[in-house]
Amino acid sequence: MPRLPKLPAPPLPPPLREPPPRPGQANGKGGPIEEAMEAGITVVDWIDERTSLSGAGRWLLFRKVPKGTNWFYTLGSATMFAFLSQAVTGVFLAMYYRPDASGGAYESIRYVTNEVFLGQFVRGMHKWGSSVMVILVFLHMGRTFFFGAYKYPRELNWVIGVVLLILTMVMSFTGYLLPFDQRAYWATVVGVNINGTGPLLGPYLSDFLRGGSEFGATTLSRFYAIHMLLLPGAIAALIGAHLYLVAKLGTTAPPWQKPVPRSEELHEAEV
Amino acid sequence: MNQQQKEQYLREYSVLKAQGKPFFPYAVAKDSIMACIVMAVIIAMSLVLGAELGSKANPTTTTYVPRPEWYFFFLFEVLRVIKPPSLVPLATIGVPTIGMILLFLLPFYDRKPERRPERRPIATITGIAVIAAMAYLTYQGANAGSPTAIETPTPTAVVQAGGATRGEFEAGKQVVAQSGCLACHKIGENGNAGPGPNLSHIASRLPRQGIARTLVNPTAPMPSFKNLPPKKFQSIVNFLSQLK
Ligand code: HEC
Ligand code: HEM
Repeated sequence: MPRLPKLPAPPLPPPLREPPPRPGQANGKGGPIEEAMEAGITVVDWIDERTSLSGAGRWLLFRKVPKGTNWFYTLGSATMFAFLSQAVTGVFLAMYYRPDASGGAYESIRYVTNEVFLGQFVRGMHKWGSSVMVILVFLHMGRTFFFGAYKYPRELNWVIGVVLLILTMVMSFTGYLLPFDQRAYWATVVGVNINGTGPLLGPYLSDFLRGGSEFGATTLSRFYAIHMLLLPGAIAALIGAHLYLVAKLGTTAPPWQKPVPRSEELHEAEV
Repeated sequence: MNQQQKEQYLREYSVLKAQGKPFFPYAVAKDSIMACIVMAVIIAMSLVLGAELGSKANPTTTTYVPRPEWYFFFLFEVLRVIKPPSLVPLATIGVPTIGMILLFLLPFYDRKPERRPERRPIATITGIAVIAAMAYLTYQGANAGSPTAIETPTPTAVVQAGGATRGEFEAGKQVVAQSGCLACHKIGENGNAGPGPNLSHIASRLPRQGIARTLVNPTAPMPSFKNLPPKKFQSIVNFLSQLK
């Protein structure tokens, strides 16, 4: 069928005509990409109108970090990343784990290791991730120690850091028992006994950990609850406090860094 | 730091901060690269080293190696360095507790304004010494095996008695060797020197009932062996009470 030439549209009276595009808008309606961007902005606006979070976001992201900040300053966030990796792999392990001292615990770990698709891989990531996290915590602590970053006004952040260090170590101590194989069992028996030799609180602490004077089913469920509920929550909350203080106070400049004098600063800005 | 030094620090810091770059994207970029490295290392370790699972926990068996995760080795080694039993509580909880308290309170007793490590010799040297000590102890701990064989000459009294006595002695030696005692005790040339006392001549120090009592109700950190099958328990006691 031959195509008919397109006829010009009849002139509309002004109130019915489409308004001309506003400045900044390409041509009235944009393509799908512009629309998607529009939608994104609308959602963010919608949330911000109700929460006023954008100020906090800007405060967090666009604060300045001092001159001279180097790779040593990534160790803290690397630790946090290792913690997140532990959290994610831990959730997958928890889907299979049973805290049953009479064989269920061992059996469930055996099942994850040998039967589940990628099970051994995820378990390996969780196991070795703990070593990586411990190393990173120590490196990060070394950095803040040698840079004198614990001094005024960041004393409180150091104290929170030491609590995080202890909790990280307790985390790996409690986690070590969970597979409930020979190694885990006997190492933990000895570990809890060592706790018991401590002054004053020692015996109470080891009784609490064991859940009585005998090492057995209650011990395992206690370690399980501490490892899976108590400590991850506590560590996450303390990391939050730690980072809030970092953002509020700013990270230290390296101790060797001196401010550039005014005149040179101007010069630098020109270059 | 007195008030003036604090203000001085804050002033210098605010200038340094004003001359810095925004956190996003500069610091975020570095942090992200580091996060990728961490992820790659964890994945590589998981693929290469895997996740082994030993045999099932069993309070009544006798083959085990009481070994913690490697980053606790240094704590366990402190037990070996500090020998006398009266000092064991000091070693086990005392040293770590004191270390922790010192670490906690660091910002409160080191209050000088100086931050450059080369101008804080005490802090820097202490820090390096602690790291070196921990590295050394970890290395020691990693190399301290838990031998599972005892090669000691059979006492002449036992050889002369011969027969059943000798058989029982050898059986007991076997059980002791497989029970992880050597992780903490030295018998003759075998085992680790500490945290437990040397057992080469235990019988001359401790009567038979004393040895049995220790095994049932030991002083920490030694684990209790009261769940062993009675036969094995008896052969351990037999063996040890011959070591004059
Ligand atoms: C986790 C380490 C550890 C393990 C494993 C261990 N012991 Fe001990 N043992 C010790 C410590 C520490 C002492 C010292 C306690 C004290 O003197 O109060 C000790 C004390 C003893 C004593 C008393 C010594 C004396 O001079 O009074 C005997 C006997 C003994 N252990 C036998 C054994 C036997 C047998 C085994 C293996 C079945 C064993 N131990 C496994 C740590 C251990
Ligand atoms: C779960 C463990 C930890 C996490 C996730 C964590 C995270 C962080 C992050 C992201 C920073 C920002 C600057 C940087 O990365 O260096 C930081 C700073 C800091 N951290 Fe940690 N940290 C942890 C443990 C510790 C420990 C054990 C200490 C010391 C005892 C510590 C003391 C400090 C101090 C003093 C600062 C301020 C540094 C500065 O301003 O230059 N933190 N931490």
